Amino acid sequence: MDVRLSVIDKRLEKINKIIAVASGKGGVGKSLIASSLALDLSKKGFRVGLLDLDLYGPSSHIILGVEDFSFPDEEKGILPHKVDELNFMSIVYFTEDKPAPLRGIDITNIIIELLSITQWGELDYLVIDMPPGIGDETLDVIKLVKKAEFLVVTTPSKVAMGAVGKLLLILKELKLQIIGVVENMKLDKSTFIQKSLKIMKLKYLGSINFDYNLEKSIGKPKSLLNSKFINDLNKIIKNQL
Amino acid sequence: MHEWALAESLLIAAIEAAEKEKMKKIKEITIGIGELQQIEQDVFEFAINEIIKSQPNLKGLKIKIKTLKSKLKCRNCDNTWLFSDMKKKLTEDEGEAIHFLPEVAFVHSRCPKCNSPDFEITEGRGVSIIQIKGEK
Repeated sequence: MDVRLSVIDKRLEKINKIIAVASGKGGVGKSLIASSLALDLSKKGFRVGLLDLDLYGPSSHIILGVEDFSFPDEEKGILPHKVDELNFMSIVYFTEDKPAPLRGIDITNIIIELLSITQWGELDYLVIDMPPGIGDETLDVIKLVKKAEFLVVTTPSKVAMGAVGKLLLILKELKLQIIGVVENMKLDKSTFIQKSLKIMKLKYLGSINFDYNLEKSIGKPKSLLNSKFINDLNKIIKNQL
Repeated sequence: MHEWALAESLLIAAIEAAEKEKMKKIKEITIGIGELQQIEQDVFEFAINEIIKSQPNLKGLKIKIKTLKSKLKCRNCDNTWLFSDMKKKLTEDEGEAIHFLPEVAFVHSRCPKCNSPDFEITEGRGVSIIQIKGEK
């Protein structure tokens, strides 16, 4: 009997809304959307947590400009680090940002451990930066974080949508809450994603134009909050969360 | 695992298990803790006692702890070794990180024979309830 499972619901009970930012495909901008969404909601005065569950390639800390990898403080468990007002938890606090060569069972164990020891307290939103695909992490979040709602990210590419579509089908089959799909890095007026989602009877939330200056804002939360990227994201999520 | 989180998880799990067995009172819980967890027994017992204070039905509960040796096996060369040997080569911070998240052993350590990061924890990873004694 794994005793850790019994405490996870308790750790998450004071969180009003849990948003898992997911995609079937890597490189579509999940981490940027998850981090930006968390920063933006936090700036608006909400109590927000950001949990990076991309254990092989964690990148939220890079986007947020985190350079302090010291252990989290302890208080009946561990407390998330603060990035301004945002509560942030990532594997990087335990790996010193070194590579993490992990098998599936190890991934599951780390997710269970992080969920059972992190004391988030009362939050309006917990944003989870998910790794790509429909593997262990996605299945673990579906199993362990029962109230997670999925915000799915794709690019306009048919290749990306090929993989994203599979994630959406699984989420639909399991009758999980899908907030909708964001089309990131839009370059032209293609309607391919919108049409694909219409066929799947899923909500197209809107698009984020390719922001050529975005790279300059990586690691600088204040600059990121003023980017065109976040301006587009804001229009999309308004009234959706 | 963090001692407080462990104590809390353990007691919630024990209460759930006792309810399933239709036990009226839990008298004793025997748990197995993998050495990899590096639980500080004093801190753990303090946490248990603090939680019990707010749970009148757990008054007088005894906790027996069995520490289980953690064994590791390389998937690449089949070499086996003990965590107690591995720990000697870890820095204080690396050991502390493994205490919080045992799987970061794969980040901070390698097979002592072939240097592969692809090894497994074959014994003594986690925490489990071995036995619950109580009144029905």
